Amino acid sequence: MKEQFIVREVARLLIPFILLFGLYVIFHGEISPGGGFQGGVILASAFILYTLVYGAEGGQRVLSSDASDRLNSVGVLLFAGVGVATMVLGGAFLAYNELLPAQPAAGQVLGIVLVELGVGITVFAVMVTLFNEMIGAARR
Amino acid sequence: MTALLIDVMLLLLLVIAAIAAISVRNLLAATMFLAIYSLLMALVWVHLQAVDVAFTEAAVGAGISTVLLVGTLVIVKSDEEPTSMIHWPSLAAVLVTGAALVYGTLDMPSFGDPAAPANQHVAPYYIERALADTGVPNFVTAVLASYRGYDTLFETAVIFTAGISLVLLLRAAAPRRRREKKP
Repeated sequence: MKEQFIVREVARLLIPFILLFGLYVIFHGEISPGGGFQGGVILASAFILYTLVYGAEGGQRVLSSDASDRLNSVGVLLFAGVGVATMVLGGAFLAYNELLPAQPAAGQVLGIVLVELGVGITVFAVMVTLFNEMIGAARR
Repeated sequence: MTALLIDVMLLLLLVIAAIAAISVRNLLAATMFLAIYSLLMALVWVHLQAVDVAFTEAAVGAGISTVLLVGTLVIVKSDEEPTSMIHWPSLAAVLVTGAALVYGTLDMPSFGDPAAPANQHVAPYYIERALADTGVPNFVTAVLASYRGYDTLFETAVIFTAGISLVLLLRAAAPRRRREKKP
């Protein structure tokens, strides 16, 4: 759809804001509605819009399938890594209080933000993979 | 009164969208009706003050699912084969099950009842202590990410596994083709 002026320009204008909103939903999830899952889906929708406009090749240039496969693991590893970190610091698995022993509540916030980011990354990567494999199937 | 009116309107529109999605023969139109259904459902969640669920419904149900369904329609035919008549045994089974479920809801506590068993267990603790324990004002997030961190971790693992399965199942045929292209 690259040759269609309106579609291309609207997508070009919207995508940065969709990405910004996705990040906002992930990182603001502890204060307002939303969180990693919803934010990850919104981020993925920005990528899907880009791929719809610039084609599968354009999408692969921005984020290759190899990279999204890696991101898929990175999210879960970040989540589990926070748990391991709290264990190393002397607490139970995912006991975020240990992250900042001086201020348990701040440690909780830090842990929750990191964990939500992990969820967001994995959800983003899986949605992107789902879409990529589907359009791959369509071209076969 | 206004709340009741909004409920009735939303549920009426939901039923209309659902029936329309089933009855149209063109599958692209059916997909659009499903998206409308999801968006209306998101409004219902908002009206039940479950905004986090509403958010998910709008993003996944109305957003990504619609894209994926349209993507599927590109691969398959977009018109449903005409089916014959009503299948009476199925209709009877659906009606009986539906009636049993509606009968079951009569015994349920009314919505938001603080004396309901579900609201007596751990919910009061979360509501009272979430802000002090975790410093997080949205206690839905506090429950998901902190109190129920294990659940969320393994949910993420489920999504991860789904992604891996996708790669293994759908990409299995593609790389061979790519390799063949290279000299």
